Amino acid sequence: MESVISGKAYVLGDNIDTDQIIPAQYLAFNPAIAEERKYFGMYAMSSVPEGQRGLPAGNIPFVELNQFKSQFQIVIGGKNFGCGSSREHAPLALAEAGITCVIAEFYARIFFRNSVNGGYLVPLESTTRLVEQIRTGDELEVHLLDQYLLNKTTGKRHELRPLGDVLPIIEAGGVFNYAKETGMLK
Amino acid sequence: MAGMTMTEKILARHGGKKSVAPGENVWVDVDVLMTHDVCGPGTIGIFHEKFGRQAKVWNGDKVVIVPDHYIFTADEKCHRNIQILRDFVREQGLKYYYDPDFVKNEPGMPNPYKDPTKTNYKGVCHKALPEEGHVRPGEILLGTDSHTCTAGAFGQFATGVGNTDAAFALGTGKTWLKVPPTMKFTFHGRIPAYLTAKDLILAVIGEIGVDGATYRTMYFAGEGISSLTLEDRMTLTNMAIEAGGKNGVCDVDEKTLQYVRQRSNVPHWQVERDDSDARYIYEHEWNLDTMEPMVAKPHSPDNKDTAHNCRQVKLDRAYVGSCTGGKITDMIFAANILKGNQVKIETYVVPGSTEVHADMRRLNLKGMPRQGNEKSIEEVLLDAGCKLGPSGCAACLGGPSDTFGRLNNAEVCISTTNRNFPGRMGSTKSSVYLASPLTVAASALTGRITDPRDYVSDPIQTGMAGVV
Repeated sequence: MESVISGKAYVLGDNIDTDQIIPAQYLAFNPAIAEERKYFGMYAMSSVPEGQRGLPAGNIPFVELNQFKSQFQIVIGGKNFGCGSSREHAPLALAEAGITCVIAEFYARIFFRNSVNGGYLVPLESTTRLVEQIRTGDELEVHLLDQYLLNKTTGKRHELRPLGDVLPIIEAGGVFNYAKETGMLK
Repeated sequence: MAGMTMTEKILARHGGKKSVAPGENVWVDVDVLMTHDVCGPGTIGIFHEKFGRQAKVWNGDKVVIVPDHYIFTADEKCHRNIQILRDFVREQGLKYYYDPDFVKNEPGMPNPYKDPTKTNYKGVCHKALPEEGHVRPGEILLGTDSHTCTAGAFGQFATGVGNTDAAFALGTGKTWLKVPPTMKFTFHGRIPAYLTAKDLILAVIGEIGVDGATYRTMYFAGEGISSLTLEDRMTLTNMAIEAGGKNGVCDVDEKTLQYVRQRSNVPHWQVERDDSDARYIYEHEWNLDTMEPMVAKPHSPDNKDTAHNCRQVKLDRAYVGSCTGGKITDMIFAANILKGNQVKIETYVVPGSTEVHADMRRLNLKGMPRQGNEKSIEEVLLDAGCKLGPSGCAACLGGPSDTFGRLNNAEVCISTTNRNFPGRMGSTKSSVYLASPLTVAASALTGRITDPRDYVSDPIQTGMAGVV
């Protein structure tokens, strides 16, 4: 795990559900096949309604047409990020698009669990609501171990919550590695 | 020592502990692992990658595979995904696999089963699991689908997981779980004729919000819940996830035991109950007499209102189906309102399983085997002008563009399904109102959202439908 993550912010609102993150029609792609897996990046966030795509402007595409990677690396969300379906394709799609961490007020539990156990991205929680304080495109620096976020565009510092119980799994890179390191798996 | 809840007792026993408390992480043994055609291929991929191409699942009798999502589509990737499941079932020698045997290795839309009693295919996994005997009180069920929590209606711990967790459990039979605190919702009185469990759960989610039960157990208690059929209880626990719940549970009673004894493929299980001094993080009481038919307005299951308040909302489509609203009792509720009438808007009906579909042909409007010239539930619905599709998840989650009933434009739909997020049933331009099968059927007759009290006065009998 990198101790500092840098990148551009993509800002969304509350209750971003997994149907918005990766619409059901694309679940026919099999993530176990590399040629198909990259399409999850292409269609990531493609069901976020117009007006809410990259706040505050609301009309900024997460991934440009026919591209596999996003120009953004860090997603900022509000409450209940990742609610809805259990599809692991959701954190996988964000990771395929190049997202390394999400910072939200709090998460729906299956999205959080899938992010951690699958080792796709680091799901961080903010101590205050960031959706109105950070703008899409702001340059961010996330200090994982010191638990803060620096907005290099505005110069503001925002505190993050400790990762707690899941830190060892994130550090190991997912539940399989964690189980190997702790002797549960050979 | 404080008393424990049903969920705490199940997790403690499966973790080899005397007791557990909310917030504690425990490694538990899994009783049943379920996957389907959308998450199965990814799960199998991770299983092969992490455990090796020659690896065997931890217990072939505890893995259940139910293709249900993308069956009736010409999309070749979907056909390919079913073939991945078939290959895995053969490779592992799995016993419990419900094959859509009519999906051949041919291009185009598969021809559906002709007779729902003569196919191995079942339909929606959450309906098929109890029907086929895979759900028992006191057990732990994991499934690669968020609505796996449905099975909590049978007094078990059931929750949705992702591909990685499922692959881990496939290889080891274990998973780690954080013990959730329990929220208790007590319902007093008996369910009136114009309400179904859907109204209750929409009221609850509207009260606590789509994040109101995040990381928590939702326990539905009281004589109001005892008065519900098991199928209606499944509607409650099914939508626990819509409030962010980790699982939902109902008490085990004679109805549960009767169902499970008839169906289970395992003879022994252990019923757990909440201790009288069990601790709850939240308690709320409801009176069924004062509750009203509810809807969830676009685009969130907690955007609650009464059906009556929404009577000006004009509709393009009605939809009856899914794990939440495609059970045989849901069909009986809808058919009793539609009988002898004509729908004013396109009305799509999708049985939740082939058993439901077979019962729609076998049973009358009272849920009893039909006699002589009595019309079947299917005939009543077709006579009313409904379009009937084969069992499966269908348009509940949109799916491929050729999916039956999918909202491909800016339509306004009233639906018995469980989610109305933007684009959930297809186009992001569409709008979905969630409601009970009674409200959906009443609305189909008028083309506007309609309070079912305009059509229902006497209790609708469902007989032994959905039980035997």
